Amino acid sequence: MATDLAALVASLKTRFGDDVLGHTEFRGQFSVGLRRGANLSVLRYLRDEAQFEMLTDVTCVDSLNLPPEMRKEYPERFAVVYQLYSLSANQRLRVKACVPEEPCEIDSVTPLWEAANWGEREAYDMFGVVFKGHPGLKRILMPDNYEGHPLRKDYPLKGRGERDRFPKYTEMPER
Amino acid sequence: MGESISQKAGLGGFITTRLQELINWGRRNSLWPLPFGTACCAIEMMATLSSRYDLARFGAEVIRFSPRQSDLMIVSGRISLKMMPVLIEVYNQMPEPKWCISMGACASTGGVFDTYTLIQGVDQFIPVDVYIPGCPPRPESLIDAVMLIQEKIKRGEKQTKLYDRTQHPLDFQPVALVTEAAAGTPLLTGSRASLPAKDVETQEQNFPVGPPERTVTHVQRLKEPIAQSKNEK
Repeated sequence: MATDLAALVASLKTRFGDDVLGHTEFRGQFSVGLRRGANLSVLRYLRDEAQFEMLTDVTCVDSLNLPPEMRKEYPERFAVVYQLYSLSANQRLRVKACVPEEPCEIDSVTPLWEAANWGEREAYDMFGVVFKGHPGLKRILMPDNYEGHPLRKDYPLKGRGERDRFPKYTEMPER
Repeated sequence: MGESISQKAGLGGFITTRLQELINWGRRNSLWPLPFGTACCAIEMMATLSSRYDLARFGAEVIRFSPRQSDLMIVSGRISLKMMPVLIEVYNQMPEPKWCISMGACASTGGVFDTYTLIQGVDQFIPVDVYIPGCPPRPESLIDAVMLIQEKIKRGEKQTKLYDRTQHPLDFQPVALVTEAAAGTPLLTGSRASLPAKDVETQEQNFPVGPPERTVTHVQRLKEPIAQSKNEK
């Protein structure tokens, strides 16, 4: 099985050229790095031609201060990670699409998989990556009036004081 | 109880007491708890309520899931930034007199979860009468807390006021605020002072300094007409 996957990953490079930045293999797990604008076309090809019918997860990584040699397939600060699963071939593939710090946005894959909806909302909430074309991109975990994106590496561990300056219970006036 | 009443009543067939004490006697022996269970402490609370530990022995077995019918809130579990408005709203809806038990380390201090989103003790935002230590506390501890509440009602104490941590000389302040005050930077902007200079710059660019303006209190919000607040959404 792994050889088929290796052949597929190699064919991606020839098919999409510069859009595919590279790939890594670790114990039979392949992860492919993509240029930012190419995620929709490559993922559509993987879904329709390569039988990766199922999107199991969409998430994001922030590699601020991570040495470049540790992240060869995604040279930018952020990478949106798509975990694909092929039901027919029982294979998994990881796709990482680069997102630079500015502008921090990428095409949404909700046209391909409805399942991407909440995953992309979470990635937006936690990392501030804007998904263009998302049907309703708003926060999913944090309160709507929350400021900042707490899973960014430059966010302070104990927050910026929002949990301390929260409005208090005010006692009812005496009657 | 029946025996002692008959002893006190004697042959005359009546007893004398003050009305307030009679009311407090009724209140403390029929506490109706509102379980605000969000985590594993709630499991211990359920154990306390069920037959083995049987909180009914203390008259507090009538669990009400409506705040309008209850007078004792048991906050058992982690309270996040998103849950805290709900907790305050529910607490506001309880009729007075009302009491509150902060059960377990997370509800009382935040516990091990010193993160960007977890409230470091609900007593910063609602008045708490009794704290229970433990992670989670045993059912005996919760029973003890309910008995302490009963003692408090028996003494006829006034309603607990909101506890102001910043006014207490021995109490702690949030860590970020302390380090910032020492560094001479403005308060309430997070622990930015401890970051490397490069990251501070990045953060200054991404997030402007200063707390957001939140002046609307919950009482004010309750006084607003409902139609108006719907329009705002």
